[in-house]
Amino acid sequence: MDSAEAFVLVFSALAVAGVVWYFFLSEKPKAVAQAVGGVQTFRVRVHGGYDPATLVATVGTPVRIEFFRDETDSCSETVVFGDFGVSKRLQPHKTTVVEITPDKAGKFGFQCGMGMLHGSLIVKERGDE
Amino acid sequence: MSEAAKKVTLPVTGMSCAACAARTEKNLNRAQGVTSASVNFATKQATIEYDADATGTSSLVEVIRRTGFDTAGVQRTVLRVSGSAVAQALKLPGVVSALQEGDALTVEHVGSTVQADGVLQGLRDAGLVAELLEEEQEEDWEAAARAAEYRDLLSRFLVAAALSVPVLLIAMLPHVLPDASIVHNLLELPAMGLVQLILTTPVMFYSGRSFFTSAWRSFTHRSADMNTLVALGTGAAYLYSTASVFFPEFVSPNTMHPPVYFEAAAVIIALVILGRMLEARARAQTGDAMRGLIGLQAKTARVVRDGAEIDVLIEQVVVGDTVVVRPGEKIPVDGEVLTGVSAVDEAMLTGESIPVTKVAGDEVFGATLNTTGAFTYRATKVGKDTALQQIVRLVQEAQGSKAPIQRLADVVSGVFVPVVLVIAIVTFAAWFVFAPEVSRVSEALVAAVSVLIIACPCALGLATPTAIMVGTGRAATMGILVKSAVSLEHAEKINAIVLDKTGTITKGKPELKEVRAFAGFDEGEVLLLVASAEQRSEHPVAAAIVAGAEERGVEIADVESFESLTGRGIVARVMGREVVVGNERLMQERGFTGAFSTPIFELAARGHTPMAVAIDGRAAGVVSVADTVKPGAQWAVAKLKDMGVDVAMVTGDNERTAEAVARQVGIGTVVAQVLPAEKVEVIKKLQSQGKTVAMVGDGINDAPALAQADVGIAIGTGTDIAMHASDVTLVRGDLEGVVTAINLSRATMRSIRQNLFFAFVYNVLGIPIAAGVLYPAFGVALSPVIASLAMALSSVSVVTNSLRLRTARIATR
Repeated sequence: MDSAEAFVLVFSALAVAGVVWYFFLSEKPKAVAQAVGGVQTFRVRVHGGYDPATLVATVGTPVRIEFFRDETDSCSETVVFGDFGVSKRLQPHKTTVVEITPDKAGKFGFQCGMGMLHGSLIVKERGDE
Repeated sequence: MSEAAKKVTLPVTGMSCAACAARTEKNLNRAQGVTSASVNFATKQATIEYDADATGTSSLVEVIRRTGFDTAGVQRTVLRVSGSAVAQALKLPGVVSALQEGDALTVEHVGSTVQADGVLQGLRDAGLVAELLEEEQEEDWEAAARAAEYRDLLSRFLVAAALSVPVLLIAMLPHVLPDASIVHNLLELPAMGLVQLILTTPVMFYSGRSFFTSAWRSFTHRSADMNTLVALGTGAAYLYSTASVFFPEFVSPNTMHPPVYFEAAAVIIALVILGRMLEARARAQTGDAMRGLIGLQAKTARVVRDGAEIDVLIEQVVVGDTVVVRPGEKIPVDGEVLTGVSAVDEAMLTGESIPVTKVAGDEVFGATLNTTGAFTYRATKVGKDTALQQIVRLVQEAQGSKAPIQRLADVVSGVFVPVVLVIAIVTFAAWFVFAPEVSRVSEALVAAVSVLIIACPCALGLATPTAIMVGTGRAATMGILVKSAVSLEHAEKINAIVLDKTGTITKGKPELKEVRAFAGFDEGEVLLLVASAEQRSEHPVAAAIVAGAEERGVEIADVESFESLTGRGIVARVMGREVVVGNERLMQERGFTGAFSTPIFELAARGHTPMAVAIDGRAAGVVSVADTVKPGAQWAVAKLKDMGVDVAMVTGDNERTAEAVARQVGIGTVVAQVLPAEKVEVIKKLQSQGKTVAMVGDGINDAPALAQADVGIAIGTGTDIAMHASDVTLVRGDLEGVVTAINLSRATMRSIRQNLFFAFVYNVLGIPIAAGVLYPAFGVALSPVIASLAMALSSVSVVTNSLRLRTARIATR
């Protein structure tokens, strides 16, 4: 094994570790709801992904998510909350509101129609926050 | 009342009993800011007094929804406002939601509480400058967005294709031309690398720009998608090649001219964009059925206002309006016919091609087509409440729901891209170690890029949703509403089906079947006298006899006297003759013995309800009515049996009638004289035998059984309750729909399985081949260009396969 091979192997091992850590192990940024008139409100920008992608809310109170779809790429055309049976079409460069009232705690995913873009709604018990 | 004390009346839908109303009332009274609330079950209205500083209509509606019901008649109005208006709008009674973008304020409000002009006035009263705006129709923006996306992809593709061709020629021709030829020598010049670089750069930064920007955005969200793979693959090829052009000695110290891979970068981008174009076009078609349904709606309606007929936009029609429909026109909203007669083509809602006759009192539905007659009707449901909009909503919800079968694909696609990145890194390292030193960098790079490019998470993601969209959309056009993807999956597995008798197998309405006259009387005479006598009776059997007589051209005479004997029959005087119609007991009481027993027994055995007739003190004959079997029921039962489904019938009716109907349609298993709760037991028993059971019923009294069954199929015009309790709703009232629904679910699930199989196998085989696992044994390695071609085709194949469902042959009678 020459030095170049050794370098490539070490570098590859580090790269693999980096990929695994970055995508699977690291903590993703979370957004906590703003309470507006008894409604937990989020504003999410949709542009090649959901920003923020992790929303933290409390059980039992209405959740209002304002999706602002800032692109025409048809991948993000629909947002689906499978656990709540909600599916909304997002008009490009406009805001579309999704309203749900989670009645149980847990982590609920949401995604685009084709399951390519992912986000999650984390619902906590009252007093957990 | 203080400034903030407000009162609002909201319509509440979905309440089926007084207990529902009580529950809603309790929850409303408990809600924050509510002073008092009362919910009236009869009027289906909630009247709520509340403190506008503590709560608003939106929160109250939310409480109603949480209780399991909804409000009706929500309309949407867009206004142009100055300044921030959301808070003010939400304070207006009747406003359910408000959303502001710039100066455009979109308000959702309960139409019966506040109309668009009321919202406008309310905002102006609050000191805001506001005006009404018109809103874009949904299908318009969708079409516009699709067209814009397509145009964008097309121009990017054309640039990429035009520039890729020369790059590809420069790279490939030297391999095919004779070594000594002029062109060969020319193309071998080191400067050619620079030419390729110049040609490829616009492809990367114009055509491929979105891959890089999207990949970067995903990366900052700690996620990765197809763009990541394309960006990394083409980026690596481009950067390596650029380095080869400018720093050949650094890239490859042993050769003068290290290879360049500009053609790979350029062609990959061109092909991936082409794939996206094809996919976008195909994907647009998956929603065609639904767009078609929405597009059926009329744009305007002719209503009577202040005594004059005027044309208004469909959004402006309110409940109670009198609507005028002329021959050949579309019916704008749902309602009840007031005057006039016509035949209406309801195929768009029911799939039934024969027009339905409508007379005063009949229901008509928006988006259906009036054929020959003219009529007026009273609007009963407008906006989001019309049958069409409910169907659209139901189907869209189903299309957004998740099939359990998708779970594995979801898990895989969630980790797919990072895993592919790892495989690409490992591939690079392996080739670098095992390839000959002179070419190890380029060979490792080619293999790693091929891995990145061939991997196609899109095919996995598209596999299930596209098939569900096409399948449920096709179903909707055939009058079959599937509630969710889960229902679809269950429907496929149905191997036992329980049919309710009345209203499901039979029409649910008795019809005159037979008239028999004894010696000395003739049939016409018997029918005339009986029908005339029965016209005073309110019994449904009487109505059937009268209708049957009229159909046979009998002119009914006046009744001189009439007496109803509860539970036994009637005694009447018609045309001076005494007519007694009733059961055998009545005849015995009156002392009319004779020939009744035999025909009564015989007719009863055939499932009829026979009645004895005596005229002027003599046994005169027998008439019978029966609930008739729907056309197509026999075909449907036979077909279901062919499909390997056990068919059983349950009914609250007596055994004799039940057996007779079962015999007619060919059902062997009959459970008669059961209460609604016992129907549940019948289903449970089948389920305990390991069967996947479907229950077909007409709604309200079958609701518990529909809910217990693995698949509840509600048949008929789709009352709200039945639609909610069931998994599948057949808009049209016949049993053929059951066969179609099962067939469609089987076809859809077959498509999904094919798609998933293809997507998995494609990736599972494609990635290792691209990585070079076949190279040591067979010397086979993929070029990145071939990999990109395969990738572009894979997702298109999946969508195309789903689209086949649009034309798949589904058995109908």
